[in-house]
Amino acid sequence: MTIKQISIFAENRPGGVLNVVQALAGVSVDIRALNVADTKDYGIIRMIVSDAEKAEKVLAENGGVFIVNDVIGVRIPDAPGGLSAVLSLLAKKGVNVEYLYAFINTSGSNACVVLRVNDNEYAQKVLVDAGMSLLTDDDIKKL
Amino acid sequence: MKRYYQPEIETMPLEQLRELQSQRLVAQVKHVYENVEFYRKRMDEAGVKPEDIHGIEDLHKLPFIEKDDLRDQYPYGLLAVPLSDCVRIQSTSGTTGRRVVAFYTQHDIDLWDECCARAIVAAGGTKDDVCQVCYGYGLFTGGPGLNGGSHKVGCLTLPMSSGNTDRQLMFMEDLEATILCCTPSYASYLGENVVERGLKDKIKLKAGIFGAEAWTEEMRRDIENKLGIKAYDIYGLTEISGPGVSFECEEQTGMHVNEDHFIAEIINPKTGEVLPEGEKGELVFTSITKEAFPLMRYRTRDICVLSRKKCSCGRTHVKMSKPMGRSDDMLIVKGVNVFPSQIEMVLLKNGLTSNYQIIVDREKYSDTLEVRVEMTPEFFTDTLTDLAQKEKDVVAQLKSVLGIYADVKIVEPKSIVRSEGKAVRVIDRRNLYQG
Repeated sequence: MTIKQISIFAENRPGGVLNVVQALAGVSVDIRALNVADTKDYGIIRMIVSDAEKAEKVLAENGGVFIVNDVIGVRIPDAPGGLSAVLSLLAKKGVNVEYLYAFINTSGSNACVVLRVNDNEYAQKVLVDAGMSLLTDDDIKKL
Repeated sequence: MKRYYQPEIETMPLEQLRELQSQRLVAQVKHVYENVEFYRKRMDEAGVKPEDIHGIEDLHKLPFIEKDDLRDQYPYGLLAVPLSDCVRIQSTSGTTGRRVVAFYTQHDIDLWDECCARAIVAAGGTKDDVCQVCYGYGLFTGGPGLNGGSHKVGCLTLPMSSGNTDRQLMFMEDLEATILCCTPSYASYLGENVVERGLKDKIKLKAGIFGAEAWTEEMRRDIENKLGIKAYDIYGLTEISGPGVSFECEEQTGMHVNEDHFIAEIINPKTGEVLPEGEKGELVFTSITKEAFPLMRYRTRDICVLSRKKCSCGRTHVKMSKPMGRSDDMLIVKGVNVFPSQIEMVLLKNGLTSNYQIIVDREKYSDTLEVRVEMTPEFFTDTLTDLAQKEKDVVAQLKSVLGIYADVKIVEPKSIVRSEGKAVRVIDRRNLYQG
């Protein structure tokens, strides 16, 4: 069980992110979670959106460079220690986390963490075996 | 005192010089026709036989040879003597990454060294001088050429090669170097350091011989002031021999072509028609004395003017202006030939696009090369580590192909300015060419 993440290339300049979020707003795509990684010259905007297909379509029309890949979304208790339970499990099992970001589900008591790992299959198995609850694209739509 | 290395040749009356050129040209045409299939085929195609060439007045009948031909004939296709007679190669980059390799017999090395010796003597060099050569040594012709010339003159030669400014300055001061040979941008850099470190009164330099890249009169005055020297220009290209194809005398109004070895012509780059003296066009050289790798009517792509106006130095050999531009898209960056096509090849190989821009600038007299290229979905990834690695790979491949460092900057699609639908490939901010 994975969720779709859209990563968009953006140069470091005024309006770099704005252009992207405006395009999404224009077709009523809601951004569930957002993370920007930046270097001196450019950034990578990563996001989980309410409707990935719609987002892909509008981004393609917009002419930007982006890729869609599968990442893992895990529900964690929105309480101290929630994230460390997940990370200590992955560390113990030798899963390397490339990056992660989290968001709070306002309709419930859960937080969600988005994980980009070196081996999706294995990491999913580790998490599910430990009884963790993973998000699907349908879950994201309904959030 | 007149400064000639070979006075009888350098001041030879024009009629006699033409006669010498004619004799040598006739022999050279015969040599290449008999020994190089490429020339034989080209001349047959053009309907020219060696017997049709009676002297320099017939030179225009011969077909041109171009850089692409050199690439196509790599490595041995243009060799005119048995390989066992060759003693050296030098090499320069070609248009699409494949290098041009030039071969030399000992005779070829000797004549090249002589040409450089003439340049050193014209700059005031004698056997009592200490000549510091900080051109690169190796495949690049700068170091080996001036090194050989310095030996011929009998100077004490410091084969420094390029880089390591601290050591350059230490030897310059401690060994009392009097003549400096390097690229003009490195000379400027050394000059700045000499001033900053308060060495100007401690060094003994009197002259500098600077070439392998374009430089302005303004830059010349700056170098002369900072180093307390007279700065002389020198021109050459690996295909023809190396530095010393032409050199400046004390008049500093153009470079005398060593016409006993190389015949210079100016042509219209579009039609190939030979232009009269004084007109601006593309410079073409024919080597009439080289044995191993003689190029006949080689199109240099340098745009310049030839002048036979009497020179106060007494030399009779024709003078060429500083190159005023190029008739192709080759750039000279840090003395190295750079073709946009070489850069494009690396970009495409890595999944990037041909929407790129090369920006050449000069910071503190040193050239900088930046390549801006638009991001593609093939190149893009969602992790910074992967992206940084991919960028590093591109930089390393460019370094390997070009021989110099290029800063790579990846930009958003459609952000590179296009003119009539095509990206503007080269932006040269150095303003090197005058006139």
